[in-house]
Amino acid sequence: MNCRSLKSFAIVLILAALAAAQDMASFEKRTTVKKLDNGLTVVICERPEAPVFSFFTHVDAGSVQDPLGETGLAHMFEHMAFKGTDKIGTTNYPAEKVALEKVEQTYAAYIAERDKPVGRDEQKLKDLEKAWKDAVAEANKYVKPNEFPQIVEINGGEDLNANTSDDETNYFYSFPENRLELWAYLESERFLHPVMREFYKERNVVIEERRMRVDSNPIGRLLEQFTTAAFQAHPYHRPTIGWMSDLNSFSATDAKQFFDKYYIPSNMVVTVVGDVKAEETMPVVEKYFDRIPSRPKPDERTTTEPPQNAERRVVLQEMSQPLYLEGYHRPDYRSPDDAVYDAIADLMSNGRTSRLYRALVRDKKIAADSAGFTGLPGNKYPHLFAFYAFPLPGHKPEEMADAIHVEIEKLKNEEISDEELKMIKTRAKANLIRSLGSNEGLANNLALYQARYDDWRELFRSVDRIDKVSKADIRRVANQTFVPTNRTAGIIETKTAAADQEGGAQ
Amino acid sequence: MKSHRSLILLSIVALLSAVAPRAAAQATDWQQITIPPLPAFHPQQPKRFELPNGMVVFLQEDHELPIIDGTARIRSGSRSEPANKVGMLDMYGEVWRTGGTKAQTGDQLDDYLEIRAAKVETGSTVDSTTVSWSCLKGDFDDVFKAFNGVLREPEFRADKLDLAQKEMYDAISRRNDDVGAIAVRESTKLAYGANNPYAREAEYATVAAVTREDLVDWHHTHVHPNNIILGIVGDFDSAAMEAKLRQIFGDWPKGPAVKEDRIEFQPAKPGYYLIPKEDVNQSSIRMTELGIRRDNPDYYAAQVFNEAFGGGFSSRLFKSIRTQQGLAYGVGAGIGAAFDHQGIVRVSMSTKSATTVESIQALYKEIDGLAQNPISDDEIKRAKDSILNSFVFNFDSPEKVLHERMAYEFYGYPADYLERYRAGIEKVGKEDVARAATKYLHKEKLAVLVVGNTADFDKPLDSLGPVTKVDISIPPPPGEKGANEEGPATSVREAEAANN
Repeated sequence: MNCRSLKSFAIVLILAALAAAQDMASFEKRTTVKKLDNGLTVVICERPEAPVFSFFTHVDAGSVQDPLGETGLAHMFEHMAFKGTDKIGTTNYPAEKVALEKVEQTYAAYIAERDKPVGRDEQKLKDLEKAWKDAVAEANKYVKPNEFPQIVEINGGEDLNANTSDDETNYFYSFPENRLELWAYLESERFLHPVMREFYKERNVVIEERRMRVDSNPIGRLLEQFTTAAFQAHPYHRPTIGWMSDLNSFSATDAKQFFDKYYIPSNMVVTVVGDVKAEETMPVVEKYFDRIPSRPKPDERTTTEPPQNAERRVVLQEMSQPLYLEGYHRPDYRSPDDAVYDAIADLMSNGRTSRLYRALVRDKKIAADSAGFTGLPGNKYPHLFAFYAFPLPGHKPEEMADAIHVEIEKLKNEEISDEELKMIKTRAKANLIRSLGSNEGLANNLALYQARYDDWRELFRSVDRIDKVSKADIRRVANQTFVPTNRTAGIIETKTAAADQEGGAQ
Repeated sequence: MKSHRSLILLSIVALLSAVAPRAAAQATDWQQITIPPLPAFHPQQPKRFELPNGMVVFLQEDHELPIIDGTARIRSGSRSEPANKVGMLDMYGEVWRTGGTKAQTGDQLDDYLEIRAAKVETGSTVDSTTVSWSCLKGDFDDVFKAFNGVLREPEFRADKLDLAQKEMYDAISRRNDDVGAIAVRESTKLAYGANNPYAREAEYATVAAVTREDLVDWHHTHVHPNNIILGIVGDFDSAAMEAKLRQIFGDWPKGPAVKEDRIEFQPAKPGYYLIPKEDVNQSSIRMTELGIRRDNPDYYAAQVFNEAFGGGFSSRLFKSIRTQQGLAYGVGAGIGAAFDHQGIVRVSMSTKSATTVESIQALYKEIDGLAQNPISDDEIKRAKDSILNSFVFNFDSPEKVLHERMAYEFYGYPADYLERYRAGIEKVGKEDVARAATKYLHKEKLAVLVVGNTADFDKPLDSLGPVTKVDISIPPPPGEKGANEEGPATSVREAEAANN
């Protein structure tokens, strides 16, 4: 790098820092937080660019909270949150309620017989299954299918969806601004009076989702096996989508119990971003959301993953091209080194100047793509920092491992350059600025930071933390984390014709 | 403008609170909630001007954040590449940037831009190529210089073409790994014809045939100001920017206009097409036929039909196939439309192997149902409400407005197309939707593709009619005959033999 660009670079850095500081100040002026009496937190951010708003409902419960034997339940409830309420989606709720209770009774009887370890009566099982299916058919008579999402759609709702991760569950969409009260009604009712209608059909939909994302996708299969191997004690061990046998077993009653335990106001942050005025909007939000009754915090104890002291390997023989993945345990997002891990991920992976791209793709020409990232499978609890590479034709996963390890050793033994460190810091600031230009993105980020740190301002402070990362920090953290005994490797190898024939005998 | 708008809003709010005490009590039913009219919103239009050399420029000021982004879209893309060099435009779209400029190699450009947290990227689509940038406002001059270098003086250095070729080889080798990707690709070939420029795919041989000269020639032939639409959005002053652009591009002479060949469509014969895949437990089902252009007068009716039949959560297919029958996670359908060529009519879903044939029949039932039980007034009202009430999301950011306008300019559509679209949707009636359904979705004309694990199907696919096997094995690279014989392609061929 020559002198001139160094100088202009310094100016950029100052400009970017100034811009970030201005943003924080500007957001202070237009962001309002209120904790309602029931414990629910509301964040309203005024962004009057167009007559629309976006919201996020962040629920601090994900698949980590799935009960034993009921994996996939947090995600299943998320699907059920689109099924309506006692007023939406039904032609006659009192009658439907009775019919739904019958469904649960007959299902429990059917499952009890199905899962008998000894002495299962097949005829009885058939009769019980029929009784359950008849009860489902009876309850379905009262259903107005998809009325809840339909109301959102006909009112101009955009990007209506939800997602469940290991750490949390999010519900979101955008509306024209004149639908604010309608939104407050719909979103609060959804968590005041959810009804577990059409549960068992929706369970089949979720099972299809599992087939699509995991069972019928080689990379999905690898990720599931890999994560399961890397975590042996902590619930990150279990897939968010759920194991097939659990999906074929849990009930609507189980889902409702999950909801009652975890969908409590103090676990929820609701953000509204767009052409709204806090002074007008907050009373509306409060009026509707404060109706959700407060309940005690659930027991949140989880097993801490013990230190890993031997390398683990998962090797899948697949009818697909090879892939190499490895992960190292690291502390959770509250760790003082969190920003150091972010800096390492950026250095190793971001763009064509990144170390892994330059080494594996550009110079060695052995990979089509390679990167490192943090947050696998979540980041609320201690998790993994992972690296991966897709080998070019003719190259093997082992070569990827070796090449990645060469780059890791450099991190451990040599200081990164001044230019690299500055690049990381400038990019963090620029990326923050770029993330502020959409209602949806802001609603998501403000909800996440408010939930995780109890202060949305941490979104801006996260950049300051990256700004404080030193070269020594990067070496220290790399030496601490990237050691072979702390490693789990996940590999896809292409099945050879010979292996194919062996498998073909079944 | 903003204060004006919020004044209107305030007066509406004041009016409402005088009439109905809406903040006083909470509603117990969603229908009780008053929905005030949406305040009038006239999104800012970009400033359009044409340089004497024919370059069309759109400038859209947006002072919310200290960022300036831009895109130059140049006419002609992969649909015009030679048939024996398919993949050439994919490589062009990469090496244009990675190969660097006269002044800087691609690697030097990477360093130059990344230290400013800026991007200059190139790309290609079926009908155009692009050079775009994104930068902090303070870096605009530096980054625009790099953009202009890539646009006008690219070098297409050979080492980066080699790298791009390797990446193309990799993508080809991986293209049969994912069932969804196979289904999309092969159903597009059925709809348009396997060799049609919108459907054909790169092979090792066509990728190997591409030379640096091809990329240089393409650039010389196409990148002339009169073939370019440039759009810029962000924190700048339009008058100053216009002056700057006139000065920078003033000396760039006009070149020959782009010529494009007429493109023929050869849809596959209706019937069943099968791609066996052993390592999955879910079938991907894709039914296709040729769709329409966006300038077709039936386009609005088709949009309403799509929303009601196969669009969102409240569409017929979602309700029946997913919610009521629990057969699929993903299901959808629509009469596809493109700006300047026919889109594809698609009906698609994924379902477990053991309900493959059952699902095809369930989809048929929904298609047949359209004749006996046409989309009702109620369904049409809901579909139109959904489109019209969410209409504002077409222009809720200056960037979206800019990109819409650039698209209309590129395809020769009127600048007020969005307004015409709204009016078109409003006029759609029951007969229009029924007509669109009958005219463009025909059960007997569909090519039905199934990618799945045939051993676990509920019934053999040929119980529905004659089945054509589609061979997706990947032809080996030139000079490496049979190199793939031990790979997955063999397994696919074996599976076919086993299921005949």
